[in-house]
Order: sequence, then C-alpha cells, then structure tokens
Amino acid sequence: MTVATEVKDPSPEKLLAPVLSAFWDEDRSWTLDVYRRHEGYEGLRKALAMTPDDLIAYVKEAGLRGRGGAGFPTGMKWQFIPQGDGKPHYLVVNADESEPGTCKDIPLLFANPHSLIEGIVIACYAIRSSHAFIYLRGEVVPVLRRLHSAVREAYAAGYLGKNILGSGLDLELTVHAGAGAYICGEETALLDSLEGRRGQPRLRPPFPAVAGLYACPTVVNNVESIASVPAILKNGKDWFRAMGSEKSPGFTLYSLSGHVASPGQYEAPLGITLRQLLDMSGGMRPGHRLKFWTPGGSSTPMFTEEHLDVPLDYEGVGAAGSMLGTKALQCFDETTCVVRAVTRWTEFYAHESCGKCTPCREGTYWLVQLLRDIEAGKGAMSDLDKLNDIADNINGKSFCALGDGAASPIFSSLKYFREEYEQHITGGGCPFDPAKSTAWADKHLEVNA
Amino acid sequence: MTTTPDSVGLGMPQLPAPDYPDDVRARLERDAREIIARYPGSRSALLPLLHLVQSEEGHVTRTGMQFCADVLGLTTAEVTAVATFYTMYRRRPSGDYQVGVCTNTLCAVMGGDAIFEALQDHLGVGNGGTTDDGKVTLEHIECNAACDFAPVVMVNWEFFDNQTVESAKRLVDDLRTGVPVAPTRGAPLCTFKETARILAGFPDEREGAVEASGSAGPASLTGLRLAKGEAARVVHPRDGGPHDAAQDRAPGDATPHDPSLAEHLSSHDAPQDTSASDPANPAGPTAEEGE
Repeated sequence: MTVATEVKDPSPEKLLAPVLSAFWDEDRSWTLDVYRRHEGYEGLRKALAMTPDDLIAYVKEAGLRGRGGAGFPTGMKWQFIPQGDGKPHYLVVNADESEPGTCKDIPLLFANPHSLIEGIVIACYAIRSSHAFIYLRGEVVPVLRRLHSAVREAYAAGYLGKNILGSGLDLELTVHAGAGAYICGEETALLDSLEGRRGQPRLRPPFPAVAGLYACPTVVNNVESIASVPAILKNGKDWFRAMGSEKSPGFTLYSLSGHVASPGQYEAPLGITLRQLLDMSGGMRPGHRLKFWTPGGSSTPMFTEEHLDVPLDYEGVGAAGSMLGTKALQCFDETTCVVRAVTRWTEFYAHESCGKCTPCREGTYWLVQLLRDIEAGKGAMSDLDKLNDIADNINGKSFCALGDGAASPIFSSLKYFREEYEQHITGGGCPFDPAKSTAWADKHLEVNA
Repeated sequence: MTTTPDSVGLGMPQLPAPDYPDDVRARLERDAREIIARYPGSRSALLPLLHLVQSEEGHVTRTGMQFCADVLGLTTAEVTAVATFYTMYRRRPSGDYQVGVCTNTLCAVMGGDAIFEALQDHLGVGNGGTTDDGKVTLEHIECNAACDFAPVVMVNWEFFDNQTVESAKRLVDDLRTGVPVAPTRGAPLCTFKETARILAGFPDEREGAVEASGSAGPASLTGLRLAKGEAARVVHPRDGGPHDAAQDRAPGDATPHDPSLAEHLSSHDAPQDTSASDPANPAGPTAEEGE
C-alpha cells in the first residue's frame, strides 16, 4: 500500500512533498542564516537530548532506508558499529554521485549543504565518531565551494569542532574531493580511495562497520540518507512514516531527465509513479511517447511504457524486476535507439571497471566490441546470445556491483527490445536518426507551428 | 594540435625527476603540511596532494609525483599507481580551460554527441587535444550528475547547462578570445591550475565566488514550483536556462521558444499514436530514418 494509490487528488501540491528542497528557491539558500530560518539545526538539538543508543533506535524506527541505491536501513547500519571497542569510529558520506542518470545529491549540496552537515553531526553523535568525511566527486567545483563555505560557517557557529552546543561532543569534518573514478561510489572502493589508494573494492567480510577506514569501524552513508535525518528528528518519526509505504517510508528526491517536457528534481513520498510525475509535469516532449526508462540509473534494469504505474519504492520496483536505485528517472522517447543507448552505457562500464575482477574487466571489454559491431550493422544473430552469455558471466561474479550494473542494461534491453537488436543485424545498420533525439530536434516544428 | 604521443623509453632507465626550485618546494611543503593535518592517516592526503601539484604545473609531472612521494614517505611507484588511476589527473601539458562534453548516454542522445563532434571540427582537435594557442583542451566526459540539464558541458568543472551546438561553439570561441563567460551553475571561470587548488582543499577566496549563479538551477526547482502551486511560473529549462540569459544572443538567432502552459503542462503524457517516427505506425519507422 502506498500513498500513491491512496491519494485521489492528482494535483502536484498533494503528490509532492518538498522537504530537503523546500527552500531551494530562496535567495542564498545554501547559507547558515537561511537554513536556520527554516528551523535548521533544530533536529540536532533534539538528537543531543537523547542518548546515542536511543537515537539509533529512533532512526531505525523511522524506517529511513539508504538513498544511494541499495536501500539498506540507515539506523541498522549505525547499529552495526561496535561500541566500547576502544577504536576510533568514522562516518564517511558518499558524495561521489556518478551513476549515469543520477543527479540529486549535487543539486542538494549546491542549494542546501547544511542539511547534510546537520545530519553528519547527528549521525556522529549516534555512532560515537569524532571525525567525519565528505567524499565529494571532484568534477563538481561549484558544489565543493559551497561545502567549504558551509563547513566553515558550521565551525564558526559551534555546530562542528569542540563541545558542540555544550553537549561534550567533539567533531572534525573533512571535505575531500575525489579525482574522477565512478568506482569510488562503491563504498569499499571509496574507503581505499580515501586512504590514498587506487579505488578498488575490498572483499567482504569484514564489512566497513567492523573494518572500514583505517581498519576502524566505519559507517558509509549516501548524502541524501544523512541529509534526511535532521527532518526526521525535527518533525518526528510518525510524520516520516506517514509518507510512503510500510517498508519504504518517507520522502525522497526523484530526478526526471531526458525527453520529458519538464526535467528536474521532484521531491515526493516514496511510491509515486512515473505516470503521476509525468502527468503533473507536462509528460514527454510534445508529439512523442515514452519508449524506455531507468528507475534508478543505468545500473538498474530498464523499464518500458508498461511500467508507468509501478510504485517507485524499494518493493514496488523490485517486484517489477528492477531496482529503485538512485531514483534517476531517465526517460527516452521513440526516437532513441536502444542499441545505441546500451552501447554507450556499456562503454562507460568498460571505461570505469577498475580492473580488479576478471569477469568485469574482460567481460565489459568484449561486450563493447560486440555492441559496437551490432550497432554498426556488422553483427550476427548469434552475437545476441553471446551478449547474454557474457553478461551472465559478469553478473554476480565480481567483488562489487559495478559488474552487476553492467549486466543490467544488457539483460533488460534484450528482454524488451530484442527485435530492435535483430533489426540492426538484418538491416545492416541502425534504423534511427540520432538528430531526431536531440533536445533541439523539434525546434523548427515548434517555431513553425 | 600540441599533443604528442607518450614517448616510449628504450634501453636507458629514466633519470630521476628534477626537483622543484627551492622557493616553490618550500611553498608546496607548507600547503602539504596543511593538507596532511586534515587526516588521521597521512596517506589519505595523496589525492589532494596530486591536485596540489597539478595546480602548480597544470598537469601531474614526475617532479610532482616525486614531491608527493617525499612528503608522504611513499615510493614513486605507489604514487604513480594512484595518479594514473584517476581521470582528473592530467599526464601531459594541456590548456587553460578544460572543456568536457558529456557523452554518456543521456547527454549523448540529447545532443552531446553532436556538440562533441561539432567542437572537434570547430577547434580542429580530437579527444584530449589542445588548441594551438594553449587555451582549450577538449575532451568527452562521463555523466556529471546534471542529467536534468542535458546536454551538459563542463569548463574547468563548472556547469554549462542546456547547451546546443551553437552555444558550445560560442563558448569555446569566447574562451579563446578572452571574453568572460559565466557558467549557468558555478563561479566565473578561473584557470585550470586555480581550479586544481580548490580541489586540493583550499577554498576559493574570490569575492562572490560562492554566491555566483544563485541558489539553484531552474531544473532543480521544477518540482518545488509545482508543489507550491507555482506551475504557471515553471519555465521549460531548455528554453529559458540562465545560460541563454547570461550570454548575449547574436543578432539573427532564433527567438527562444516560449511554450504555452498547455503545451508543457498538459494533464496527460499524451502518447501520440500517429507520430511519424512511431515504430508502431503502419508506415514503419519511416524510410528517411533509415537513411
């Protein structure tokens, strides 16, 4: 049961729920002043009035699940940190947002970085950490500037540093810029990278909660997960649970992109559908229809028009054969060649494979060779089974999920669009004109109309 | 094109990298101490230190890697292994402005491929190539987390959203002739070296740099405006992005399309069964597409 099916009124005012994005339209929204005017750091005061264990239990009861893709319960991650072990504990925020299609953490940090900083202080109090890190991908300098500025403000105001708000909590926060590697979004690769090494995933166990950064207990959380915590404290877990579904409670950022009339960020209770989002925002670009889309980035198996009513929560998307992932709703219309799209994604995975595991390193390379041939009309029918076979030999057979992600577009596109692959082979080339897919393709039509 | 292929050494082992001049080294050592102090374990400073040496010379040289190895007590092999893993570290001299065109699937489909191709022609350089005047290095980049602003071009890692072939050509022309350009999201451009210093963790102290370009890009506000009942004020980001406003339109440019409310906020997603390009259309995906 989801809010989406309960609410009869389809107006955006009822379907959307801006929380993190509520004041992005205000002047200087990234500053401490504006954040405080919107009851910023009130959640922290409530958290500091609790014991750390009660705080962990509270976040667990709220049901917040990881917003970085996997959907693991945030409070449970915190609970796994062994207490009284005499080792330093670390919180590492994963701000390496690089999954193709994913574009929620970057605008969030650009417009409202203090929600993350407040969440970090709360989380560190809970897991008894006195040093936290934000691992931001390096290619977003405007966001880095605002993080530097927000962290400086937070230190000056006593939300970071020694004896925060008189609670006895000491916390250092380091902003760390990455250097361009998709794989560092994988939590153990991120930890290796933060230790000054090549970003290559680690074998688990041990999990980061036991042996993470510098082999100490470490929580790695996504930006949006941590940034959601202050609102839960401020407004209460019942308020949070009133949104979304039993197993997927709360609000989240959906990122609509591609051939839609109004691309952008849509913050809504979990369980909204793509149809509802398109209905309220003008649908696909005029004169075109949805062909395929991803629910949560390129690593989540693609959907088609038949999935427009799938509730976009962890269970709903899972039951329909994909994953909620990062809620990156990339929509492609009928002008888009699915073989071209999948080839490009696969080139990305081949480029970003760190090379540690043979199935992923070699498999993605050969997938690219086959796909380029097929796209150019030089493929054979047997190549389609070979694609499936290679993807099957990558999926689940590497240390981390990059390999699984590389297999997803192959499996799902062959499932829904095998005929289109065959057309490339029998027709000796691509039947699509890429010029028709561009953002400006219909400009002359609109001007003439 | 000023790029040369990496030379292949035969026979003689490389001589040790030359050291920085004493004053440069002293200054970099001061910066390095500050960076190292941010971390419980010194090796964590390696990525920012590589950004730091890149800010000194514009790319990561053997001298820079030797410096990192010295201050962290690592071997140059360990530093090289890291420096070659990450794409943001350049390994040869490049231009003042790094122009990166996103050609990951979504941006590529929306026009990134066309923009990248046009810029290669326009500048006469290939992927990774630098113009003869040393101003612009062109490359294609992976998804930069701005898909709702597609197609996206990054210049020194500032956002130039909702680009077209024409706007991108104008952008690189302006970069080469020294006309100031403003990103749609980000601060007035600094050089690649200055950008690398920010990445090393030294905040941009320029007046107004943090404030520049406002709180959020238009696409970031689409949902919020709908939720606040301000739907009528939603502007199709592709037609009214700050990029268009920030840059003077050349006379003769097409008037920006201003879609009516009904056109972009219809209450249904309007599947068009009769679209000429609909594969389900009896006429098929039309002959011209196959040409």
